Amino acid sequence: MRAVAIGASAGAIHALLRILPALPSGYALPVLAVVHVPPGRKSELAGLFAGKCRLPVREAEDKEPIEPGTVYFAPPDYHMLVEAGGTISLSTEEPVFFSRPSIDVLFESAADAYGPDLMGVVLTGANEDGARGLKAVGEAGGRVFVQDPATAYARAMPDAALAVCGQARMLSLDGIVECLIEAGHAA
Amino acid sequence: MDSEKIEDIEIRLLLEAIYRRYHYDFRNYAQASIKRRLRQARDRMGLKTFSALQDKLLHDPAAASRVLRFMTVQVSDFFRDPSYFRAIREKVVPHLRTYPSLKVWIAGCSAGEELHSLAILFREEGLEDRTLFYATDINQEALEIAARGIYPVERLKTFTENHRLSGGKSSLSDYYTTGYGGAVFDKSLRERVVFSDHSLVTDAVFSEMHLISCRNVMIYFDRDLQDRAIGLFRDSLIRNGFLGLGSKETLRFSAHSEDFADFVREEKIYQRRKA
Repeated sequence: MRAVAIGASAGAIHALLRILPALPSGYALPVLAVVHVPPGRKSELAGLFAGKCRLPVREAEDKEPIEPGTVYFAPPDYHMLVEAGGTISLSTEEPVFFSRPSIDVLFESAADAYGPDLMGVVLTGANEDGARGLKAVGEAGGRVFVQDPATAYARAMPDAALAVCGQARMLSLDGIVECLIEAGHAA
Repeated sequence: MDSEKIEDIEIRLLLEAIYRRYHYDFRNYAQASIKRRLRQARDRMGLKTFSALQDKLLHDPAAASRVLRFMTVQVSDFFRDPSYFRAIREKVVPHLRTYPSLKVWIAGCSAGEELHSLAILFREEGLEDRTLFYATDINQEALEIAARGIYPVERLKTFTENHRLSGGKSSLSDYYTTGYGGAVFDKSLRERVVFSDHSLVTDAVFSEMHLISCRNVMIYFDRDLQDRAIGLFRDSLIRNGFLGLGSKETLRFSAHSEDFADFVREEKIYQRRKA
């Protein structure tokens, strides 16, 4: 494994608060996260999680090299993409499912860049973003996980991801944490 | 076996073909987003592979201009990121006032949202009469939209709110009239504007600028091409001239970062250092 990509929408903060602070310091993988946030200039996400995580947490900047053991949030009103050389690039292309940043955009580019060495995780949310992206991760040989819709604050997004990506494993948040930590050890 | 993926080979060849046939050079654009948009173009044109798309582009200029639209049009808003324009107003304008005449370059102006924002701001700050604006892009169609200055009425709500948050000294409605679903911005805003086809990839320096605003354009470039563009900006600016970038763009990873100083750090406004 070389990276983890996580997407979440409605209920994201609560779900991510169970996952990100549970990752140990020195975690071997970068974590790339898209959360649907309104396009206002400032996002509180990075600040909020920086105070609660053992890993450094940043809002991504364009052409930033992706470092292991770091959490990157997509900035509001930008798509976040992964380049094959291991850097982040941002984009102001049109929104996907009314969302910029979009989970599909991150996942599809990360699937291209990392192939089978990527773990994709779709969490709670009330739309369909992330489903196509997760499918791309799976098709590239990566590992694909979806939060059990029954445990999600909003189940539409996990439901859509499971419907499109047949190979995805459905897990509780604790189960997802376990897989992430294990993947970090194996990296 | 770790050979280059077929799709990546096809994309390289396709970009080469576009360059040779139409002289648009996307070869050093950031790959991830180019790939995504070429996939969209391929799918919407009902084609299965990038090779098929290349075949079509080489032989059909109309198809080529359709694809070019996919590759270059980015949507911006009037006063996108109001705090940037507030910083221009409060921190940069006082310096600009000290010059008898001003040149401002909006590089990669696309459909002209940022150009109109700056033209309005300069009018409100009383600098308009001494300013010449250069608005450049590689996309001819976008330049024509910019030169017409007509935007969909649905977008006015965002434009108006952004203008207010940027510290606007008047009502945005002072600058446009509406009709037929469009907001027509006053042509006097464009009287001091030179629209020009200019590529940051292949073209040369634009001289003696006091302010260059190039926001969310270089995010589409790879590192080498970013370096070229930033070098071009450095050489186009007067000493102590200003460069404004998008809120998540930075000179930190550029080969030329030493040639610029942070001016308003959080707004990504830089000042060219004295040589």
